[in-house]
Amino acid sequence: MLSILRGLWIMLTHTFRRRVTVQYPEQPPSMPPRYRGRIVLTRDPGGAERCVACYLCAAVCPVECIALQAATDARGRRYPEFFRINFSRCIFCGFCEEACPTDAIQLTPDFELGEYVRQNLVYEKEHLLISGPGKYPGYDFYKVAGMAVGGKDKGEAENEAPPVDVLDLMP
Amino acid sequence: MSDVLFHLVTIVVILGAALAIAAGLIWVERRMLALWQDRYGPNRVGPFGLLQVVADIIKIFTKEDWIPPFADRALFVLAPGIAFAIGLLGFAILPVTAGFFVVRLNVGVLYFLAVTALGAYGVVLAGWSSNSKYPLLGALRAAAQMLTYDVFMGLSLMGVVMLAGSFDLVRIVEAQKNLWFCVPQALGLAVFFIAGLAEAHRSPLDLPEADSELVAGYHSEYSGMKFGMFFVGEYLSITVISALTAVLFFGGWLGPVLPPVVWFLLKTFFFITFFILLRATLPRPRYDQLMALGWKLLLPLTLLNLLVTGAVILAAG
Repeated sequence: MLSILRGLWIMLTHTFRRRVTVQYPEQPPSMPPRYRGRIVLTRDPGGAERCVACYLCAAVCPVECIALQAATDARGRRYPEFFRINFSRCIFCGFCEEACPTDAIQLTPDFELGEYVRQNLVYEKEHLLISGPGKYPGYDFYKVAGMAVGGKDKGEAENEAPPVDVLDLMP
Repeated sequence: MSDVLFHLVTIVVILGAALAIAAGLIWVERRMLALWQDRYGPNRVGPFGLLQVVADIIKIFTKEDWIPPFADRALFVLAPGIAFAIGLLGFAILPVTAGFFVVRLNVGVLYFLAVTALGAYGVVLAGWSSNSKYPLLGALRAAAQMLTYDVFMGLSLMGVVMLAGSFDLVRIVEAQKNLWFCVPQALGLAVFFIAGLAEAHRSPLDLPEADSELVAGYHSEYSGMKFGMFFVGEYLSITVISALTAVLFFGGWLGPVLPPVVWFLLKTFFFITFFILLRATLPRPRYDQLMALGWKLLLPLTLLNLLVTGAVILAAG
């Protein structure tokens, strides 16, 4: 009996409590920086595309919503000829971001992807590509990679010694 | 002629007010529950979400009105009508002020008890005609619960009747000029309110529809406006019981400064809010606990209350 009355009193005091609801459209919710929302393609600090069209994201994607076509530019660098993400299929699992060897594909905290026409949910490369480096500001894949590519030879990367001539016996 | 016109206007006004309050309660209840649970509730449609009521009505009217092929068709259609009509019947004797009521019966209290007892029919017929297991279980529970609580709902009011010396609601209110009956009949008030809760099968005593055990109890098979009728009927009976608590125990329209109608509405809304607060706070008891509470605690208490009230009246001469 007493516990019932106490319960009623506690409930009444809640009249003056702060309400916890976030009034969403007017009051933007604070998203954690690692939230997995809209997918973007980033550029390296020099402004070139990071994506090397390795297909790992498309391979790992559990719903097969990523489609791309590799191509090689004049300097011999690989890049995606087209890059397409179907957001009506995407489940925002973040596997593509984990698989990406060059940190090109990244998930952002933007979740407002609503569309009235289903076709508009298919994002092409020009919709995905952003002008900045995203979460990894100083990272440039080609500056740390050991392979020779247009504009950079073997041994010219950061913290990399010149290659050893394996046919030479000299120490 | 003008007399007839006055009566017609009274009927229309009270009917309109009753239905408007019952419909408005859908919104009030959701907002109040939200307030006590630190939420906002419906606040999108119109100012403060007030037009939510209209949206709900439009929605419920455009829903598919489905009668299951295994149901007893005639009774299935009739049951929500009964539940709704009986909710409305109680309003006939409510004295809003000393001169504003649909009908003044010298057996007003008895009439009210008879009408609420009939309320069991709507529920039981709905459960029976649905011809499926959960509605039937709900109806069984409703029958037992409402019969039990009818018994001492009536008995709990007898103290008031003894003190006022009349079954007439207007005379009962007038007898409270000096002292509201909630003081000498505190026990009667408590029992009446609990019985009212059970009669309106309102949470926490909503065992006939207990969603966690019986899907939706007696109205599991109902949809569209037929379900809406049960819903409005429930809100109507909440309003009637709140208004009657105000009339029988809290001096009805009596009160200083403000006009009588305002006092009556204030008191009624106070008890409606209390109904909602109870729903927000208390969990549903087990069915045997409900029956045990009724027969083993409330009935002896009511009889004791009757005995003491009678003895005091006799002693006072």
